Amino acid sequence: MSKVIMTVDDSTSVRQMVGFTLKRAGFEVVEAVDGKDAVSQLDDTAIDMMITDLNMPNMDGIELIKQVRGKPQYRFIPIVMLTTESQDDKKQAGKAAGATGWIVKPFKPDQLLAVIKKVLR
Amino acid sequence: MSETQNFIEIYRQEADELLLEIEETVLEIEENPGDREILNRLFRAVHTIKGSGAMFGFEKIVNFTHTLETVLDRVRDGILPVTKELIDLILKSKDHIKVILDSTPGDDEIDMEYEARLISELNHFLSLAEEYLNSHKDLKDGKQTQSMGSGKETTYRIRFTPHRDIFLTGTDPALLLEELKEFGEHKVTSQLKKVPSLEELNPEECHVYWDIILTTQKNINNIKDVFIFVEDSCDLIIDVIEEESDLDDESVPKKLGEILIEREVISNEEVNNALEGQKRLGEILVDSKKVDIETVETALAEQDQLKKIREKRRDEKSVSSLRVAADKLDTLVDLVGEMVTVQARLTQFSSNMDHAELVSIAEEVERLTTELRDNTMSIRMMPIGTTFSKFKRLVRDLSADLGKSIELVTEGAETELDKTVIDRLDDPLIHLIRNSIDHGIETPAIRREKGKPDCGTIRLSAAHRGAYVVITIEDDGAGLNLEAIRDKAVEKGIIQKDTGLSDKEIYELIFAPGFSTAGTITNVSGRGVGMDVVKKTIESLRGSIEVDSAPGKGSTITLKLPLTLAIINGLLVTIGDVYYVLPLASVEECVELTRENAEQSHGSNILNVRGEIVPYIRLRDHFKIVEETPSLEHIVIADVHEKRIGFVVDNVIGGHQTVIKSLGPAFKHMKDISGATILGDGTVALILDVNALM
Repeated sequence: MSKVIMTVDDSTSVRQMVGFTLKRAGFEVVEAVDGKDAVSQLDDTAIDMMITDLNMPNMDGIELIKQVRGKPQYRFIPIVMLTTESQDDKKQAGKAAGATGWIVKPFKPDQLLAVIKKVLR
Repeated sequence: MSETQNFIEIYRQEADELLLEIEETVLEIEENPGDREILNRLFRAVHTIKGSGAMFGFEKIVNFTHTLETVLDRVRDGILPVTKELIDLILKSKDHIKVILDSTPGDDEIDMEYEARLISELNHFLSLAEEYLNSHKDLKDGKQTQSMGSGKETTYRIRFTPHRDIFLTGTDPALLLEELKEFGEHKVTSQLKKVPSLEELNPEECHVYWDIILTTQKNINNIKDVFIFVEDSCDLIIDVIEEESDLDDESVPKKLGEILIEREVISNEEVNNALEGQKRLGEILVDSKKVDIETVETALAEQDQLKKIREKRRDEKSVSSLRVAADKLDTLVDLVGEMVTVQARLTQFSSNMDHAELVSIAEEVERLTTELRDNTMSIRMMPIGTTFSKFKRLVRDLSADLGKSIELVTEGAETELDKTVIDRLDDPLIHLIRNSIDHGIETPAIRREKGKPDCGTIRLSAAHRGAYVVITIEDDGAGLNLEAIRDKAVEKGIIQKDTGLSDKEIYELIFAPGFSTAGTITNVSGRGVGMDVVKKTIESLRGSIEVDSAPGKGSTITLKLPLTLAIINGLLVTIGDVYYVLPLASVEECVELTRENAEQSHGSNILNVRGEIVPYIRLRDHFKIVEETPSLEHIVIADVHEKRIGFVVDNVIGGHQTVIKSLGPAFKHMKDISGATILGDGTVALILDVNALM
């Protein structure tokens, strides 16, 4: 069974790039446009991992991570956040909320896959 | 056979091995063109073939190999680059040497025209080298000496202590260890002393920490990068314990005993006696409660790893060995088998005799026999890598024929298996890999359409799992087509049109006799040997085969094979007066079956084990044993093809070292019984084949 990864980002191009890379590597991909959309989808889709942006309208990444960790079935899944160089405080906040790791934007497909290999079996 | 012929035969054998080495190294060079060590190995192999060839009158080999050697010399000096053309030419030359080698000296069956063509191609490369030299005159004097190879190896001691709450960030520490494993030779010791007792254990917290001894060319920052996400949620200590340059220094200071012996103060024997009386440092420290046993074990692991690395560097690839005919080894194994049987008799006899001295002799014999057995078995063990290297060539040639681009990745080449098993694995593996190349991996054009990389990958890996070796062949090709398999099976009358099958059961159909999915038969696969033959071969080795697939993503074939064929751990049971042995590796547990239980099931032969339904087979009925059934029977629950199934027997006696004897041709049709063994008192016990009983 291939693993299901949810990618959460308000930017269509980032979602496309992440989705394309993941599908090529054999994962199933679910897309969400912001934190709120992600949370609402989580109830009827079971996922194995989440990749989320931090700055998003409606519900930002930090709050999303907190909500996901609040659901019993997702307490231990890997969550990777997309950050930029300058967002060190955000990174810390994300870690505190329960993120597993991070990828600094901009990134290449290979880097994304290397990070997934680190956290998802 | 005359003396000279004998020598020639030995030369042929040796040359065969060297040719294999050539092929192996050439393919390795293709992957790592910069590795000088491999280049040197290649050069040495060619050189040895030439050198010994001259001694045994293989003039033709000498003449031809000489040109090849000159070309390789230029490559070694860094004058000729390693190109695909050159690799092809070396492989062709290697094949040609094989042809000359197999022909009788003096015979003219060698295609001289072909040889001339090869030589002219080799000369073409030489002239290229000449041109290069002329344009870089300075190189001629001071040949390139800087190392093209890799950096130095360093050995690190890493202690990785995750904080208790590490799981809450979704981190799986095992994956980080896996990532480290890819860096090089390693030894991981799990430290469990902080794990609380079961009542106090919170399974959502991590109490384990790890000590890793790692020898790698990577630097300390590469190692830290592995742990980058968990920097704040773990304690990480990385120490360098040895660098390669330290190891080159071989002047180990003499030990006290050695010095004393040299001075002739005491004899060798006296030192040994004194040493035997001495406790090991680890034991002393543990006894005096200075350190706990886990800590000692980590330290020993570190020592072990360093020793191994040191030895590996010292005799890289030049293990001294002795060539022995395989049948002599088989005889030895047979004899050891007899020995184990006799020893069991001796032990049983002596325990009935109540004779202290006899018992101590029997114990001594038992110890020696066990050691002898393990040693003999280990002689027969061979790394599976010898087989793997053959497949590199197969994949390279076949994929080129079919216009596909395929890379073969092998893992676990050092995994050891009984020689007999390895030999008989050749054909099934070739067949499975051919299948992957032919039916599995798509052509580059189709792959591109599906958004996959042009180059397909076949992953061949081997690993130990308990008493088994698991070999997997994984490809990232098209995967199995469920519909096509189903239709074909219906068409061939293997299943009914309306048979309800799970996906897995449909995949299993490819092993059914008379099944082949390829619409057209290419010259690659489909040579009349079907997957059913592969399955039979694996089962005759007491192994099992499984297939899994995801459409569009590839398929995986998993072979599970026993480590050895000669001796197994068995569970001895009785039914009536007869003894039977079940392979312990497949036994999961034993439960009782009272008469009431049996009656309650109303002949449905199903038992409820802790809420799980387990079907059982009454071996008493199966073997038509008419003697009276005891009021309490036992069920041995075994894992057969990942299903739990019970076998009802009268009594379970216990574990038994089972030396497998075949039953002989008269009992060939007995499918349920895979062999027999002789017990301590001389009784014969039959070995049950649980796969066949189902």
